[in-house]
Amino acid sequence: MSNQRLAPAVSDQDHVLGDDSTLVTLIEYGDFECPFCGAAYPVLKRVQERLSNRLRFVFRHFPIAQSHPHAEHAAEAAESVAVQAGDGAFWIMHNLMFEHQSALDDASLARYAEKVGADGQEVLRDLRDERYQRAVRDSFMQGVRAGVNGTPTLFIDRIRYDGPRDEETLVAALELVAERAEKPTA
Amino acid sequence: MHHALPPGTPAPDFTLHATPDQRISLSEFRGNPVVLAFYPADFSPVCGDQMALYNELHSEFQRHHAELLGISVDGAWCHTAFKEARRLHLTLLSDFEPKGEVARRYGVYRSEDGTSERALFVIDGEGIIRWSYVSPVGVNPGADGILEALEALQTPAAKGGAGQ
Repeated sequence: MSNQRLAPAVSDQDHVLGDDSTLVTLIEYGDFECPFCGAAYPVLKRVQERLSNRLRFVFRHFPIAQSHPHAEHAAEAAESVAVQAGDGAFWIMHNLMFEHQSALDDASLARYAEKVGADGQEVLRDLRDERYQRAVRDSFMQGVRAGVNGTPTLFIDRIRYDGPRDEETLVAALELVAERAEKPTA
Repeated sequence: MHHALPPGTPAPDFTLHATPDQRISLSEFRGNPVVLAFYPADFSPVCGDQMALYNELHSEFQRHHAELLGISVDGAWCHTAFKEARRLHLTLLSDFEPKGEVARRYGVYRSEDGTSERALFVIDGEGIIRWSYVSPVGVNPGADGILEALEALQTPAAKGGAGQ
């Protein structure tokens, strides 16, 4: 029953790697402090490399804030960076945070923001003002309604993927969908 | 096989330990909806995720004036340790003595494992089960079904069409 729900369609609110012309879309609902997301990060990176321009990758926030005390601010900081310095900066910030999951306190977040070309002080102000709290919560609640039950949860073309998350299985699953998209049945 | 109590059934009342020195009865919540979330065991990975998710949804449940009660056969001290370790602010009840008695009454005890199914019940303010769902035991059922059921309680049809 839960499996039949669709993730919201990709919109201009999303952080997207790849363009509309790709054959298959992989959506991750993730938490920057979640160790399972941290473990999935290099795998998803290799999967993206292998599918190359056939794949579009989307990251959506799903912070489990009580279990991961820095997750909410990490998500909000990523939003602040995206608004300040663009989606390219968002993705570098995304990478930096997954590569430094043990250092996600506010000062570290500001430092990463500086590295990607945003203003660290402004990130800290945005965190204090809870400027992106609503956006992060909206992403979380939309995920809940789509059947996201923990992190990371993956969707392939908006359908929840519950299979193994190793590189080979994921690539095979995505290839299958991409091939179908390439040769639509008459 | 198991037969979870279906919608329309009055929810059996029970009194269970919520902490080593506090007991809670289902009937205390009469007037407001209750979500019962049976789960197999504290500290097993899927349960951790499931309860962590419900923990994040506290304000959503509050919006519906609903109380979420987690229930497993673990003892109250175990629940205390589990809540501390995972920073959970949920009410977790111990279906511990006689073991699994409440799960049995709701039709969701797994005698082969000595634990309960991963089962959800949404009970309305009059104490009637309005929605139930048994998930495969290794699958976190999430919260989408619960939220939908709580929303359905607020539509007039769910109240037996008692308009005006």
